[in-house]
Amino acid sequence: MENNERNNKQISSPVIKPAAKNASLAAFTDSSPATNVAASNATVATKVDKTTEMATTKSAAAPSNGSVGAKAYEMAKAQREISIAEFFEKNRHLLGFDNKRKALLTTIKEAVDNSLDACEEADILPEIIVEVTEMGMDRFKVVVEDNGPGIVKKQIPRIFAKLLYGSKFHKLKMQRGQQGIGISAAVMYSQLTTGKATKIMSKIHPSEPAHCFDLKINTQKNEPEILSETEKDWHKDNGTRVEMELEATYIKGNQSVDEYLKQTAIINPHVTIIYQPPKGEQIMLVRATDQKPKQAQEIKPHPYGVELGMLIKMLGNTTAKSIKQFLMQDFSRVGDKTAEEILENSAILSNTKPHDVSRDKAEKLMEGIKKTKIMMPPTDCIVPIGAELLEKGIKKEVNAEFYAAISRTPDVYRGNPFLVEAAIAYGGDIPKEGSMTIMRFANRVPLLYQQGACAIIEGVSETNWKQYGLQQSGSNLPQGPVVLVVHIASVWVPFTSEAKEAIAHYPEMIKEIKLAVQEVGRELSRYLNKKRRVGDEMKKRSYIELYMPHISEAIKDILKLTDVQKKELEVQLSALLEKTRGKLEDMDFDPDKNEEYDEDLASIGREDEDDEYDDDAGGDYEDKKERASSGKKTKGKEELKESAEKAEKKAKKKKESEDDE
Amino acid sequence: MTDVVKKIKGTAEEIRQNVLAGKKAELETPVRSLNNVFYNEKDGFFELKGQKKKRTLTASTVKTFAQTLRVMSLSKDLVETDDIATKREAYYVSKNWGEARFHEQPESDAVMDDIEAMFGVNREQLGFIADEHGGSVAGELIVIDKDPVSGKELRIDCTKFGSGSYSIPSDVELLKFETKAKFIIAIETNGMFERLNKHTYWKDANCILVSMGGVPTRACRRFIRRLSDEKNLDVFVFTDGDPYGFLNIYRTLKVGSGNAAHINEFFCVPRAKFLGITPKDIDEYKLPSHPLKEVDIKRIKDGLKNDPFIQKYKSWQNALNALMKSGRRAEQQALAKHGLNFVISNYLPEKLKNQKSWLE
Repeated sequence: MENNERNNKQISSPVIKPAAKNASLAAFTDSSPATNVAASNATVATKVDKTTEMATTKSAAAPSNGSVGAKAYEMAKAQREISIAEFFEKNRHLLGFDNKRKALLTTIKEAVDNSLDACEEADILPEIIVEVTEMGMDRFKVVVEDNGPGIVKKQIPRIFAKLLYGSKFHKLKMQRGQQGIGISAAVMYSQLTTGKATKIMSKIHPSEPAHCFDLKINTQKNEPEILSETEKDWHKDNGTRVEMELEATYIKGNQSVDEYLKQTAIINPHVTIIYQPPKGEQIMLVRATDQKPKQAQEIKPHPYGVELGMLIKMLGNTTAKSIKQFLMQDFSRVGDKTAEEILENSAILSNTKPHDVSRDKAEKLMEGIKKTKIMMPPTDCIVPIGAELLEKGIKKEVNAEFYAAISRTPDVYRGNPFLVEAAIAYGGDIPKEGSMTIMRFANRVPLLYQQGACAIIEGVSETNWKQYGLQQSGSNLPQGPVVLVVHIASVWVPFTSEAKEAIAHYPEMIKEIKLAVQEVGRELSRYLNKKRRVGDEMKKRSYIELYMPHISEAIKDILKLTDVQKKELEVQLSALLEKTRGKLEDMDFDPDKNEEYDEDLASIGREDEDDEYDDDAGGDYEDKKERASSGKKTKGKEELKESAEKAEKKAKKKKESEDDE
Repeated sequence: MTDVVKKIKGTAEEIRQNVLAGKKAELETPVRSLNNVFYNEKDGFFELKGQKKKRTLTASTVKTFAQTLRVMSLSKDLVETDDIATKREAYYVSKNWGEARFHEQPESDAVMDDIEAMFGVNREQLGFIADEHGGSVAGELIVIDKDPVSGKELRIDCTKFGSGSYSIPSDVELLKFETKAKFIIAIETNGMFERLNKHTYWKDANCILVSMGGVPTRACRRFIRRLSDEKNLDVFVFTDGDPYGFLNIYRTLKVGSGNAAHINEFFCVPRAKFLGITPKDIDEYKLPSHPLKEVDIKRIKDGLKNDPFIQKYKSWQNALNALMKSGRRAEQQALAKHGLNFVISNYLPEKLKNQKSWLE
């Protein structure tokens, strides 16, 4: 049991107090002010402005006659609680539920991300089952099942049926989930679109039964509503299973569930995913390595990364007796000397009690922090995928003639350590027309939407690719047969919205992205130069063979040489010319050279080639895409058949080449 | 064995010996461009400065070597059998050479020019002749040629062609001349030549008329040069009043070109003077004119900047600058504004009389 508790992340998470929630909001105000409203304790007063808010609290007691504050009283009538459901309805796009296609992807993504995080924290090799079943017109059932540590019974309802409940928000640690919105938002969406409850089954130990819940969210109170609660036998030793129905559309292509799962498998080579799409056969994405990624370490916040609201909250919660002790104990990289310096720069006495620090003083403290030179936070808390595994991943996906991957050393933005990795594939089977394909990842999660708004794209398109041998006009994405993978890992990835689709444009981060893609760009240009040299050399070699006979022939004619003399001349000529040509290396693309390439995997999520072309042209215009991809829902079978044919062809080709030998 | 054949054999033998000895095989040709010529004032032509380019036989030059040797071999055959091939014909002969064949005629022309420069001979001596005919002649002149079949002497009277004219052959080296004419007029356009011939202007002025038909061919230049040298005749050049007429036609006739600098010595006509149409004529005769084209302006600038001949003569610099300033150009035919035969009745007599109106 003790063991289970340790493995169970949710147990360790504190029950969030309202105060904590308010404070936590401050931390992500910069990315999305709208979520603030929803985030406070289940319901909030409509925020008009500060004065009316004050008026609201008194409105019940105050007499409604008289002209004093009449307007405020009048306004107060319109001020009422917003239910979390109403908020969700209005802001579903912020959470990734803009439309039916995206709702399906987001639901699965949230569940899978949670499973992977849990497995990683519990040091389990993840095996995840995903089932999508069509239940009728625009209605799908989604099942996500993992072999993770499970969730203790008490916590299940709140984890799944209470928004903003989770263990991750208060941790500075490299992990997929961040704020505890995702899966409960999916539950809410399911409930809103189908009226059905979400079924959860979770088991934490072989000797314990599995606990099953049917859950809904009380949308007025943002509290779980338990419809049924039973115990069951489950063949698994431990794990969690989520089953929900929702209004959704299933598509193929760049922004599909298939693509997401595939990219997840590529970027997490230690994961096995068993996926049953609504149509067609089951897809097995088997792990490529048994090596689990190193456990990411949780770190304390760095003073540079803290904002005022967060600081005030931390001051209120600390166990430290003095402000100096608070700085040293609750922050990373603050020792005795640095703490003294900060306090000196803030003009605050070092024995001030943290609870006595006023808002004004806290602001002074912020200024003091800014003035003080503080060592950057430790960066060993970031776990890179590593150049080798990244390259393996991209090799699985594309059959190219050249690959390169790099993993940069960590850097820091606003006190948060982060790290950029990049991999590139060139030529081979990659289509020669069109822009390069970019696969974006943040903390090992594929980013499929909002490409145009993402810092990764900015970093890539602001890089001058011409110097690396690719065509590029202005600061557009370069053209050519290139697939580029960029992975950003951080204890806190700055997304542009809660839907976690694009990375915010922090200069430090863009700089690192550029350095990373430049590094692989240089590798690419080295390869392309070499290829050109070899090409020239090949040309020269053929030149010699083509033209040498004409030299000996002409000299023979002019000097009336005998055939023997001509032969003699040719031998010497040939020897002379051999000397002038360089060594030759075969650089032709050999489709069978890449042993990692998995044709079946690569074809997952892809539509017919023509369709895909349209998709690329459409870019981020999602409406267009929706139109383009609706009505293509029935292609699953044909596609499978096609990929089977391709595999057959490949096998046949291999056999032929063996026969040749 | 002629000189040319000796040179061809010598080159081939040298390459062969070097290759057999495992040494570098090389071909050396003078650089053919305006940058590599200077204006030899004393003798009056563009002379090579002596920059040479050396081509070593390597994997990347093997094609040029093959083609050069192939053309040399063809030249040797032509000379030995006393035959000729036009530049175009030579290009077609190369079609038998498999991969060493030329894809466009300018490629084979360039190789010929290289060999010419390499050996310091002219193309005709290699057995290759120009494709186009050398120009037309009318006037008090008897050309003494040989009958191609019998080899007997042929006397050609250039006054006896009626409304037609005598065509300059591609090889003028062995022609002889008899004339009582006082000077030669070399005319840019065939149209103007026809007009003057039709009205037997050559009789009135006691001169020989030559139509160059644009930039004069080598044969035309050599013909005028020999005629002028041997019969001590002045040469007046009559072109359009534009940079093409001044630089490409007149300058090439008088001092030669950068591209064929290795043979300018024989193909220049140092005695030539520019009669018209000068920029001053455009004003004084109030000739209808057209605006200069972009390419004209480029030619003027290029001439002022790079042409050693223009750089020598202030009068030419002034003429080019005047043209540039006015931004206008006028054709020979523009004289027709004052009557079709104004050129015969007024322009040419006036110009010929007024020595100051000539340009050097």
